[in-house]
Amino acid sequence: MSESAILEVNNLYHTYMEKTPLEYKALAGINLQVKKGECVAVIGHTGSGKSTLIQHFNGLMRPQRGEVLVDGQNLSDPKLDVKALRRKVGLVFQNPEDQIFEKLIGDDIAYGPLKMGLPLKEVRDRVKWAMELVGLSFEELKDRVTYALSGGQKRKVALAGVLALKPEILVLDEPTAGLDPFSRQELLDRIALLNKQEKMTVIFVSHNMEEVAYLAQRIYVLADGKNLIDGTPREIFGNTEILRRHHIAAPQTVEILAHLKQRGYSVDLKAFERESAAKEIVSILQPFRR
Amino acid sequence: MIEPLIKVNDLSFEYKLNNKTSIPVLKGVSFDIFPGEYVAIVGHNGSGKSTLSKHLNGILKPSSGDVLVSGSNTKELQMLREIRQKVGMVFQHPDNQIVATIVEDDVAFGLENIEIPAATMKDRIDYALEAVGMSEFRQRPPHHLSGGQKQRVAIAGIIAMKPDCLVLDEATSMLDTYGRRDILNVVRELNDDGMTIVSVTHHMSEVAEASRVIVIEQGQIVMDGSPREIFQQYERMQQLKLDIPVASRLARLIHEYDEEFQSDLIRNNEIIQEVVRLSAKRGVFVG
Repeated sequence: MSESAILEVNNLYHTYMEKTPLEYKALAGINLQVKKGECVAVIGHTGSGKSTLIQHFNGLMRPQRGEVLVDGQNLSDPKLDVKALRRKVGLVFQNPEDQIFEKLIGDDIAYGPLKMGLPLKEVRDRVKWAMELVGLSFEELKDRVTYALSGGQKRKVALAGVLALKPEILVLDEPTAGLDPFSRQELLDRIALLNKQEKMTVIFVSHNMEEVAYLAQRIYVLADGKNLIDGTPREIFGNTEILRRHHIAAPQTVEILAHLKQRGYSVDLKAFERESAAKEIVSILQPFRR
Repeated sequence: MIEPLIKVNDLSFEYKLNNKTSIPVLKGVSFDIFPGEYVAIVGHNGSGKSTLSKHLNGILKPSSGDVLVSGSNTKELQMLREIRQKVGMVFQHPDNQIVATIVEDDVAFGLENIEIPAATMKDRIDYALEAVGMSEFRQRPPHHLSGGQKQRVAIAGIIAMKPDCLVLDEATSMLDTYGRRDILNVVRELNDDGMTIVSVTHHMSEVAEASRVIVIEQGQIVMDGSPREIFQQYERMQQLKLDIPVASRLARLIHEYDEEFQSDLIRNNEIIQEVVRLSAKRGVFVG
């Protein structure tokens, strides 16, 4: 294991329904390394293996072949302490609000810490901490019923439930799918805060390239259960050719720039931020400055 | 005069928590949807837009007011079957509407219910799976498909029944950009062939495809107009916790630096056309 990697995946394979006519290779030799404190996005076309991969990170799935190391622990180890692992790695599924089952918001978030056997005082502190982190007022909302919340608020409650376990690594599957633009931005800002302020390592899967461009420091691109490329957002989104070949969208700004480039305009595809994309377009319309 | 396909008349709806308390979700909403229209319904989480869409084929019944589909009231129980054949609905979570253990059986399920002859059925299934790009998966069990693939199967199940109107309740929100584009292309083709489309969505680039946008806030219609009209009101949209398409934002930004650049563009291809127009006009060298 390399010095600073908190999570490492080496040559990981997973086949669903092996040795049946329905055999399906979801992962076919994946490699990935995430350093402590990084914010990493995993992207790829529908069915590329993203969700299968991240379900390995907290031991929900065990490696069929290859290995997954979390903070030096090998997840293939039969003596693996799964409880400890799941405290270290908090996994937030797609539509986590479907898993809210307590009547009151505070109780739902407290469920995990209570199961850990923490003293009540500590549980209360953690619930408060987690709620404030995701932008829910503890005093105002802890005794509110969960079913009368909007989709965005439910998502925050579910996220707080995972955060209350104080994971070192936060893994999110499509964190903002189904949220309105405002709630989406709010949640993204919260995740960015967790990463920067709480030094939480964040790994997230997303289809939304605007969101990936906004959050990720580094991106892994998967295709057919294998690594395609990895790098910074500028490196990845600048490489529109390979993305297109594997049916992965770039942010819309890059798509527009790529179209212009195809028509012979000299634009820099790395300019994915809206402001810089606008400046690129402004500059190609100015005959004398070029 | 053309009759509306769906007529929503002073619709109010409240969720009853108990005998004393109820939460009003829709408050006196009225609008008509005409055959062949492509209507996007937008609003932030909790604005009531999903509740509204569930009234369009009688899944929910108004607390007061009426919803008429081709003149039939959704409150009349004996009309429901006919109404649901006219107005098909696809939801956000495909898991909730996939019933069979094999993809093609799932698409066939609805057809069997409406007693489509076996000979026609195969054509319908072929058409529907082809339209959503899932033909090669027809023998696979749905639960091994990814979320996006499952959603495409769910959409195939509805369009196989060839309804007059397709209601998409955030149906693309779990799909990736390509998956969404595939679905949008399907929807566009269906609309070109005359199918009425109602799409509840958070994706503003999707809204730009519609011919009309209805904006819901706190259970009431606050805006109703073409996407171009609506997206010019950026500040208003922000107040409503909504966004405008990336293309609109970009056009506004470019316009700030370059006044001649049109600021009211809403689609990516319009940006490109505008660049081409201006560079030709200014004689900027290309290529």
